[in-house]
Amino acid sequence: MTNANRNDIRNLSRRRFLQGGAGLTLGFCLPAAAAAPAAGPGKAGEGLAVPGAFTPNAFVRIGTDDTVTVISKHLEMGQGTYTGLATLLAEELDADWKTVAVEGAPADAARYNNLFWGPAQGTGGSTAMANSWEQMRKAGAAARAMLVAAAARRWGVPAAEITVRAGWVSHPASKRNARFGQLAADAAKEAVPAEVTLKDPREFRLIGRRAPRRDSAAKTDGTAMFTLDVRLPGMLVAVVAHPPRFGAKPKSFDAGRARSVKGVVDVVQIPQGVAVLARDTWSAKKGRDALSVTWDEQGAFRRGSEEILAGYRELAKKPGLVAGQAGDADGAFAKAAKLVSATYDFPYLAHAAMEPMNCVVRLAPEGLEVWNGEQMHTGDQHALAGLFGLKPEQVTIHTMYAGGSFGRRASKDADYVLEAAQIVKAIGGKAPVKMVWLREDDMRGGYYRPLFHHALEAALDAEGKLVGWRHRLVGQSILAGSPFESAMVKDGIDVVSVEGAANLPYSIPNLRVELHTPKDVGVPVLWWRSVGSSHTAYSTETFLDEVAAAMGRDPVALRLELLSGHPRHAAVLRVAAEKADWGRPLATAKAGDRRGRGVAVHESFNSFVAEVAEVTVGRDGGIRVDRVVCAVDCGTAINPDNIRSQVEGAVGFALSAALHQAITLTEGRVDQGNFDGFPLLRMGEMPKVEVHILPSEAPPTGIGEPAVPPLAPAVANAISAATGKRLRRMPFDLSSLKA
Amino acid sequence: MIELDINGVRRRLDVEPDTPLLWALRDTLQLTGTKYGCGQALCGACTVHVDGTPVRACSVPVSSVVGRRIATIEAADRGRIGRAVQDAWRRLDVVQCGYCQSGQIMSAIALLARIRKPTDADIDGAMAGNLCRCATYQRIRAAIHEAARALG
Repeated sequence: MTNANRNDIRNLSRRRFLQGGAGLTLGFCLPAAAAAPAAGPGKAGEGLAVPGAFTPNAFVRIGTDDTVTVISKHLEMGQGTYTGLATLLAEELDADWKTVAVEGAPADAARYNNLFWGPAQGTGGSTAMANSWEQMRKAGAAARAMLVAAAARRWGVPAAEITVRAGWVSHPASKRNARFGQLAADAAKEAVPAEVTLKDPREFRLIGRRAPRRDSAAKTDGTAMFTLDVRLPGMLVAVVAHPPRFGAKPKSFDAGRARSVKGVVDVVQIPQGVAVLARDTWSAKKGRDALSVTWDEQGAFRRGSEEILAGYRELAKKPGLVAGQAGDADGAFAKAAKLVSATYDFPYLAHAAMEPMNCVVRLAPEGLEVWNGEQMHTGDQHALAGLFGLKPEQVTIHTMYAGGSFGRRASKDADYVLEAAQIVKAIGGKAPVKMVWLREDDMRGGYYRPLFHHALEAALDAEGKLVGWRHRLVGQSILAGSPFESAMVKDGIDVVSVEGAANLPYSIPNLRVELHTPKDVGVPVLWWRSVGSSHTAYSTETFLDEVAAAMGRDPVALRLELLSGHPRHAAVLRVAAEKADWGRPLATAKAGDRRGRGVAVHESFNSFVAEVAEVTVGRDGGIRVDRVVCAVDCGTAINPDNIRSQVEGAVGFALSAALHQAITLTEGRVDQGNFDGFPLLRMGEMPKVEVHILPSEAPPTGIGEPAVPPLAPAVANAISAATGKRLRRMPFDLSSLKA
Repeated sequence: MIELDINGVRRRLDVEPDTPLLWALRDTLQLTGTKYGCGQALCGACTVHVDGTPVRACSVPVSSVVGRRIATIEAADRGRIGRAVQDAWRRLDVVQCGYCQSGQIMSAIALLARIRKPTDADIDGAMAGNLCRCATYQRIRAAIHEAARALG
């Protein structure tokens, strides 16, 4: 999920691209016959082969009606991947954007693996555009070459004299033209080219411009199909009674009252709880509420979150495993003229996607069929196959639109997908099942952003220079127990626990970063949009502000001085500061209000983002983030409007957490269950967001996550500028800001 | 049997009277554009119109809306305001994951039916009950203003 070993994997995959493996599969053309099976998001079809259509490779199908259907190996969960991948392919194909549609690929790691993840198909770590950048363009170029070859053969002219533009193939000399659809059948008979030449970026017509989202229409008229909208003949809906504590199991249950609820069909025990199956969701919920379950809590985790945190604070007083070091940190602190220190607390956080986790599973004689907003195709496929004793290829996954994920669907152990499958297994596969987690099941279901405690110290020498930095982190490992553990946990250090901290970009001569990874906390944890950077950016960027204040330095000037070896960090920082009028006084507030400006810069997922926040703090401590100016370097901007959209959303997502959110536990029970206890940002709280994209010809990097990390520290630094108060615990305690 | 007027059509449903309108729409009538998000009128994903007023379908039993005019996202394009709102949403590419957007659009249509030129404060008030985890709020606001302009 992060940067480890990416380059090795990428290069290997790229070399193999046109020689099979992850690359092109041969096209075929069946006689025109029945209408195309409905495939893709929202429709329960799956075949890539459509009668009469031209299917030059695994990523595109061109119909005789001119429709260019791009096959997305990545999940569309809001981040714009369907549009982005289609843009890459359509660019090299020279397709007419209006005729481009997108559908989700089936689970098939041989054709659809994430090139940064080796032999696994999945979406995450803001890798979709980066790993597909060459692959999708080559797929489009190969299809284009086959259309050109077909036209050349039909017209008896040299291929070199043929041009392609917006869905038309033309031979200008003889004034002959054909639409893609008119050539599709012939193109399918042409050989797949061994090599293709990609466009010079100056020739791009779609990349770098706004290509309207392909999913906007369906998502504004109610027709976009999410997993929760799937209905199969004879399908039952399952709502599950889950144990009250992590690690508990069902011991026994009395289903008498549940079974008497109209519509309830069956009640079954599964390892994760007790499932009530009914004809519809409401009946299943009523049945679940009428259940009486006795839990076996022998293995249950019983500590509260404050207790966990107290333990972490004690741990932070002791040395941990060294995750990064430079120079002689202890020596620098021994000689320091001035010390700055601070500790930070970060809560568990739920992903709280608007569509609660749910999954549809059907057992058929030939295998298992699954409908899901699928983010970890290969891992889930193997887990499901294992449960039923099937081969992975006997598990068909239909990837639906996902109503958000923020990391939740990228399950490291197939958790909710397996739960749905366990229910199907428990009823002997007699009916397809849609397992629905109600909001409370989703929020109390674990797999949170881990709770973390950080302790930071800085040493200034007699001349006031920053000479030493010590950073100690305490928190659970996300990668432990995941398929990425062997590659990404090195010498006991989970790289995503310390990303953003161990690779601090500032040139500080003496530095040590240490990690404690408690293994006795039974709360399941998972990646949450921006993963480790969701806490490391906060502690490092607010602490650096404290250090700047102790040095009497301007926060932007100090950062620029310390970023001499990191020009891309420095560049976004300069642009954000300039566009935000850094250094000029803010417009005055009304009487009693205090205003401030704060900055933060952070790299994550190979992208660089700086944000300047302007904040007004009321007399009562209430805060309003008025404006956030963002500068982004994510390499080549494939779709600038989508980059802006992702950055705007990331600002709101991060502000939700800073202002409102914590998952807390009391004696092992999760305290929050719905949006009353775990509030999301509302319309009136959304700041005005400005996004400035740095021009770049570097390959594209991530944009789904990288704008999250700098927001909270920029806001906290702005609050500090306005009030002099430092906020070291998330979410912010605004009562401390009262005038 | 309960009879409801949904999108101008009388529908007879075999559901218990306490069934929330949301689940009757989704599970019984397959009108799945109306979404489940919280079940407690906390998120607005299930917003529909009852006699033109936005309500949270998850918290309204079917028995309470007999004889009332119910409109869902599937009928949003039947009115001039609805079409203007959908057009603005598409022109500005408001959506991300899209799950909350049916509810956002139904609330926006109700706002514009009531106030033809809403201020930012009107929008904050009318849309406060519609949560978006992707935080597309900036574009929702812009799209409401754009729809208001298009409506003249």
